[in-house]
Amino acid sequence: MRNKDLTFWLFLTPVIIALGAVVVIPLLAGFFYSFTDWNGLTFNNFLGLDHYMRLLDDGRFLSSLWFTIQFSVVTVLLLNVFGLGLALLVTQKLKSSNLLRTIFFMPNLIGGLILGFIWQFIFISVFSDLGDLFGIAGLDGWLTTGTTGFWGLVILTTWQLAGYIMIIYIAYLQSIPEELLEAAKVDGANPFQRFRNVTFPLVAPAFTISMFLTLSTSFKIYDQNLALTDGGPFNSTEMVAMNIVYTAFSSNEMAYGQAKAVIFFIFVAVIAVSQVYYNKKKEVEM
Amino acid sequence: MEQKRKKKLPVLEVLGILLALVWLSPFYLMIVNAFKTNREMFENVLGFPGEATFENFVQAYIDLNFLNALFNSTMITTVSILIIVIFSSMAGYALARNKSKTSNAILLAFVAAMLIPFQAVMITLTSFFGSMNMLNSSGLIFMYLGFGSSLAIFLYHGAMKSIPLTLDEAAKIDGANKFQTFWYVIFPLLKPISVTVAILNVIWIWNDFLLPSLVLSSSEATIPLRMFSFFGEYTRQWHLALAGLTIAIIPVIIFYFFAQKQIVKGVSEGAVK
Repeated sequence: MRNKDLTFWLFLTPVIIALGAVVVIPLLAGFFYSFTDWNGLTFNNFLGLDHYMRLLDDGRFLSSLWFTIQFSVVTVLLLNVFGLGLALLVTQKLKSSNLLRTIFFMPNLIGGLILGFIWQFIFISVFSDLGDLFGIAGLDGWLTTGTTGFWGLVILTTWQLAGYIMIIYIAYLQSIPEELLEAAKVDGANPFQRFRNVTFPLVAPAFTISMFLTLSTSFKIYDQNLALTDGGPFNSTEMVAMNIVYTAFSSNEMAYGQAKAVIFFIFVAVIAVSQVYYNKKKEVEM
Repeated sequence: MEQKRKKKLPVLEVLGILLALVWLSPFYLMIVNAFKTNREMFENVLGFPGEATFENFVQAYIDLNFLNALFNSTMITTVSILIIVIFSSMAGYALARNKSKTSNAILLAFVAAMLIPFQAVMITLTSFFGSMNMLNSSGLIFMYLGFGSSLAIFLYHGAMKSIPLTLDEAAKIDGANKFQTFWYVIFPLLKPISVTVAILNVIWIWNDFLLPSLVLSSSEATIPLRMFSFFGEYTRQWHLALAGLTIAIIPVIIFYFFAQKQIVKGVSEGAVK
């Protein structure tokens, strides 16, 4: 197929139109509007960097950004520990191996909104009952403070996504040749040494992928945030995605919301690209 | 050595089963409490219901207008996936068989689009589609093509590497044009990757909340959307809310039961590539 062939372009037209209308044009227009007083329909003035300067003083936005960063660091760590742990567990020759995989993966098939509501019930009703039962005061009113709300979101996300990360690690664990581990065993390496020197270097690419996935996912989380805490109490658990939705559609500040979205986009892109670059470099060294 | 391994296994087996029970406990708590009255839930949140009642389910089913939501979700998901599979496979084929710079640049643009978070485009997107009166399920399906085609094209493009060019040439000699070559020769060979693309998109589109919430009116609401408005009304009626959540999850569990192998395979292929 050549560029000049009409069929080449016919095959591409539908997706190019769709991507253009849904991603490219809105993104470019969004950049543009973030420098104006656009209200969703029209704009009258160029404001230059006004919206971006305002961001620096927007305490609610900055605290949502900080909350999101903290949340992402903790969940990325936990997800990789749990994901790799579960993968190592179910790749042992267990009778229940297949059943366990099915169970650990299950939450991923159910939307974050529904899972958020289920956990809201658990944190509110079940936790307070457990607290009464065992006399642990800390379990009462779990979603009523920013700190416990933070950990509530961490627990929910880890529980939901660990099975997904597990699947990625399994794919790499299974590609490790059995002979390699056998050889290490013959050489007298103990299980920890075998993991450290054989398994871990060989699953390093999985780490790159899962870190990329977990970082970008945890940064963009919205449904779970909305269903579990709705940002409360007093916006203390509001993440960036929610802050942007709120600014644009509840306070009706379209252009300002769009400026936040631009910053968010740059943030996500820089983190994603530099993380993949850094991890790739590490892989080669090993 | 062998004996030592045999001795170690039950410990891991027990550990795995315990972890699995912990993993399942949220579902257990949801289901047992969906059968209780609000008062019974208050007295006994952990145990089985004293006298199981289906009233909650009937009430939640009616209040959710569940059949309508199920129909909307099924229709939107099915049509979106069909057009994603059809148009992305065509594009992946064209890009893989054309080795020019233009072709590479187009592929790169689609891959790069995967990096863009939805929030970066959602405000202008809904405003533009609103001004064209496209904030409805047709508009939503078109949007899913735009957002879903990137990963799908990437996967199809990768899969095309293992399909020899000689097949195209043979079809050409037999007198097939490009469309016939693609649909009768190439597309059937891409079936495994089509299954992967379909699976990844079912999980995403079926569960999507934010985009439909910006696009759909209540008559076209999907299951997550209905669930959301249902919760606003029932914040203090957990017995109904839990029954609603249980009903909402049933279609997913049925799907998982039947397509389990493909799902796990699809997810690992989609993630690893």
